[in-house]
Amino acid sequence: MTSQAAMTSDESLSAVFEGTKEHEVWESLAAVTDPELDESVTALGFVTTVSVKERAVFIGFHLPTYWCAANFAYMMASDMHRAAMALPWVTSVCVELDEHMYSETINRGIAASLSFQDTFGDEANGEIHLVRDKFRSKAFQQRQELLMRYLLARHHTVESIVALRMFQLDVLPFEDDEGQRLSARYREIRQEFGGACESDNFAFVRLDGVQLAVDTFDQYLLELRSVRINTQFNGEICRGLLAARYGQSEASPTEVRVAFPALEEQQARDSLKGT
Amino acid sequence: MYRTDSGKEIFIIDGHTHFWDASKENQKNIHGKQFIDCFYVYHSALSPPEEVWPADKFAKYSAKTMYEDLFVNGPDDMAIIQSTYLKDFYKQGFNTIERNHEMAKEHPDRFIINGAFDPRDGKGALDYIHYMKETFDIQGIKLYTAEWRGDSKGWKLNDPAAYECFELCDKLGIKNMHVHKGPTIIPLNKDAFDVHDVDYAATDFQNLNFIVEHVGLPRLDDFCWIAVQESNVYGGLAVAMPFIHSRPRYFAEIIAELLFYVGEDNLLFGSDYAIWTPKWIVDKFMAFELPEDIAKERGVELTMDIKEKILGLNAAALYDIDIPARKKKLKAQERVAEAV
Repeated sequence: MTSQAAMTSDESLSAVFEGTKEHEVWESLAAVTDPELDESVTALGFVTTVSVKERAVFIGFHLPTYWCAANFAYMMASDMHRAAMALPWVTSVCVELDEHMYSETINRGIAASLSFQDTFGDEANGEIHLVRDKFRSKAFQQRQELLMRYLLARHHTVESIVALRMFQLDVLPFEDDEGQRLSARYREIRQEFGGACESDNFAFVRLDGVQLAVDTFDQYLLELRSVRINTQFNGEICRGLLAARYGQSEASPTEVRVAFPALEEQQARDSLKGT
Repeated sequence: MYRTDSGKEIFIIDGHTHFWDASKENQKNIHGKQFIDCFYVYHSALSPPEEVWPADKFAKYSAKTMYEDLFVNGPDDMAIIQSTYLKDFYKQGFNTIERNHEMAKEHPDRFIINGAFDPRDGKGALDYIHYMKETFDIQGIKLYTAEWRGDSKGWKLNDPAAYECFELCDKLGIKNMHVHKGPTIIPLNKDAFDVHDVDYAATDFQNLNFIVEHVGLPRLDDFCWIAVQESNVYGGLAVAMPFIHSRPRYFAEIIAELLFYVGEDNLLFGSDYAIWTPKWIVDKFMAFELPEDIAKERGVELTMDIKEKILGLNAAALYDIDIPARKKKLKAQERVAEAV
């Protein structure tokens, strides 16, 4: 392990490398997500090393276990490769996955720009877009739920949420960074799901574009809840395992915070009691 | 036995335990090392710090240690032992049915020892099921679909060869199939943790019970959708339960989902010993209250009666355990042991 390994949080990286080429690479990697968890690979602490020599980039990463699913490991490696290559000054990128059952296979495949199928040969019988799509659609549902719960907790009514148009979402005033962030993340993925998202279209729709209805809204929210709980739980497991495996303090969950109206009311009541 | 503050006795059947040998001497290759290292990472990540074992003890522990952790220092009354072979990783296997019987021989009434089969053995798998039934009178099977075997990196419950095994189990009255999903089913382009094969098998074998270990994690949401439709699908809570210590709110969310979809009659406690010891998990579970907001939103409750079902009554129903009779027998044996 290298000396950079301990510096996995976004903040410390920005502080150390600001203005350097390494910093630019870290920033580009921050936009790469674990497809299953819908969280940034840098926030999760997966990326251990970034080094730059002139126009060549080296990226080292590791995962919570030796047995983490090979398809997600490949997707992250290939997405990181693509993200770094997109920087204008970069001419070559080497991505290295450490201590994984398919380390060698994946590292070789990425180095040779092989597709998933060609990387795994007989062990695959097609590309991974179906798995990618499935988890991307779960990410849509999760981001949507988080934003809707955030709004509900701040006195938006179900009626107003169901009726909200894209242009209205764009100009919604948010009182804190959290709202800005949730909204930006949702708007990004809304372009991929739920049909047209021109300014006149509804902001909150089902995956297939069907409009939400006031009388079935609570039920819909519960459906989304199941997806989000599963993803959050997996994120918690991954963070705990990574910390235990590599002896780091756990990377903080910067990506997902849930607004529970009832919980917040409870906390507000508790704090009143305390005064 | 767990006794509540009001003196009520709760009979505890630990639905998921192991007696493994993952020592260096038994490891065949790097995968054997990485397999137990991964278990140890789960153990150390989710146990309270004072419950963490040294790595060498974790790799191989004695029958006495296990008995004491479960029944003397721990609250278990009975434990279900799952056999897992992994012979491509461990020279003598990870925990075979023979090794498990050897461990349990002094306390046979404490243990239910399940077998294992691998449908990739073809006719060999059928012969092995006969052998386990005749030799050990097994009532349950642990199925580890992600086990590596030669060039194969796993199998599915709806493979035709698996169906032949289920038909035979049905015929022989081996009812309980404990399914564990692992990470490396081929083809790799598909979701390795996909649980939909459980749906097929559970629909086609209505006489069998499918206990999905680790409640389908990391595909809890998919598992819930399957379990809600199939009354013979159960959720084993091993791995989910330790979160009660480190992340109680996540645990509350999970248990609320499971109570809603899978139901209070279809959930089984499991410590996953030796990954975790049952004492602290049961203590925390008994003291646990579902936060009001979660209970309200999901419309479920976690009462003492429901806890009692999860901790023992549901497993007793699956394995035809007469709890009052068993209690009496175990107490009598304890008295004899004390007198000696």
